[in-house]
Amino acid sequence: MSLTAGIDLGSSYTKVVIVDDEDSIESTFMRKTGFHFAKAAEESLQAALDRGSFDRDDIGYVAATGFGRYAAEVSDLAITELTCHGYAAHKWLPNVRTVLDAGGQTVKAMRLDEVGRVTAFRLNDKCAAGAGAFLQKTVEYLGYDITDIARLSEAAEDPVTVSSVCTVFAESEIINHLANDQSIENVCAGAVIALTGRAAQLVKRVKAEPPYGLTGGLASISLLTDRLGEILGSPFSVPPDGLGAYAGAYGAALLAHQRLAKRTELVSA
Amino acid sequence: MLVGGVDVGSTQTKAVIMTGEHEILGRGLCPTGAKLAEAGQTAFDLAMDETDFTESDVSFVVGTGYGRFNINFGDAQVTEISCHARGAVHLFPNTRSVLDIGGQDTKAIKVTDDGQVVDFNMNDKCAAGTGRFLGAASDALEIPLGDLGPLALTAKNPVKMTTTCTVFAESEILGWLAKGRRIEDVVMGVHNSIASRSVALLRRAGIEPEVTFTGGVTRNTAMVELISELVGSQVNTNEESHYCGAIGASLYALDQVLTGAFSERGATA
Repeated sequence: MSLTAGIDLGSSYTKVVIVDDEDSIESTFMRKTGFHFAKAAEESLQAALDRGSFDRDDIGYVAATGFGRYAAEVSDLAITELTCHGYAAHKWLPNVRTVLDAGGQTVKAMRLDEVGRVTAFRLNDKCAAGAGAFLQKTVEYLGYDITDIARLSEAAEDPVTVSSVCTVFAESEIINHLANDQSIENVCAGAVIALTGRAAQLVKRVKAEPPYGLTGGLASISLLTDRLGEILGSPFSVPPDGLGAYAGAYGAALLAHQRLAKRTELVSA
Repeated sequence: MLVGGVDVGSTQTKAVIMTGEHEILGRGLCPTGAKLAEAGQTAFDLAMDETDFTESDVSFVVGTGYGRFNINFGDAQVTEISCHARGAVHLFPNTRSVLDIGGQDTKAIKVTDDGQVVDFNMNDKCAAGTGRFLGAASDALEIPLGDLGPLALTAKNPVKMTTTCTVFAESEILGWLAKGRRIEDVVMGVHNSIASRSVALLRRAGIEPEVTFTGGVTRNTAMVELISELVGSQVNTNEESHYCGAIGASLYALDQVLTGAFSERGATA
């Protein structure tokens, strides 16, 4: 059995996925990226190894992706996150033609061909509107964790309206809603709905066609998934087992396997 | 006879108590937080404490601040654009252009010699170029806001910030440090970014000397220098500049007491 690892050094979180040669996931790990990319990469890889009771020598190839990918000294190769996300989405959801990846600071809309190659994409490269950072700040302000947002937003009865585009202004608007005694659930749902609207705009700009898929850390929020489907007129499928946040790392690990196979061919030839 | 002006900003709330002869007897400053009216009262009380008088001696209070939200404080409300214009001309009578950099709002205002607003521009959609950008640097680097200016002035080779978005700025700051750039050079890069964005806003309104700089960011000496450089002449600031909006508000309150400029609504006299 040969294993490969994918490390996704995201702007907010570092994710690691270890896969075997059948493309099945053997171990995962996630932590905040922090300041030091090389350290985050190395420590996260080690943690994923420990979790699966593997040794460093069990790993044949390591590919890094994400914002900090070039700083990951432990990796053999750096791959762009678009390639990784597209490929992972294709593996999980083979029929999808349009994928939205919704992360902490980055939102990407991608069109995929039938083998998972990205044929068109749009990123929020200038502005964080539509990214998850403000959901995190919102829930933290409310004294909850980001993992609670799915539950809180689904329990809302009458979501508030958040009209600001800018993430910084949206935060103030949310604080203002709370000061006006709106329930935490209604405020969380309002934040999710505002974000969904922005993300849907990005999807429309790649001339989206269904079937649709949703990856990234926000894929676990069902209110977001449902709303996106409503706005775009066709449901969004999400990765199995709540693995959405690991799409980049999973894609990197899968692509690492392809590299490893090529290298083995070259050596044996 | 006393009047009050209370400026509830996005980040800080400022209050002044003024005599009929324009003498400022008390100043109050507190964080705004979620409850806008409560912050107004706290700042007002702090200003009151600096005087030998009580609230009942104050004839009229004008509230202002925070364009996106209604501030229900005081006997009457005046927009913060008008208050900053009025305050700036009061502090520096030759003022024709006002640049106000606050926590989330940056405003460029052209004024007449009696403090009337001719034209203005503000950042209504995006928090780029506001004090919040310094806040992002302060958070990312874990350096108190007040230490950033002096630190920036020690920079020898400032970085060039590429992100517009305040949310992305935090990541870019960490990215520069990860590349081994000196902390003061990164901090100066952040200052340059805000200065050039706010002066661009000022240019759109039309720069006409003298330029008066107001708002909380006036306490940052590096920013005062940078803006003066970009404007091409030394901008006016003094220790009252931080309270400029509240001073303008109290001048409007004085109008009411002397000439009945406002309706009788809720007058406490």
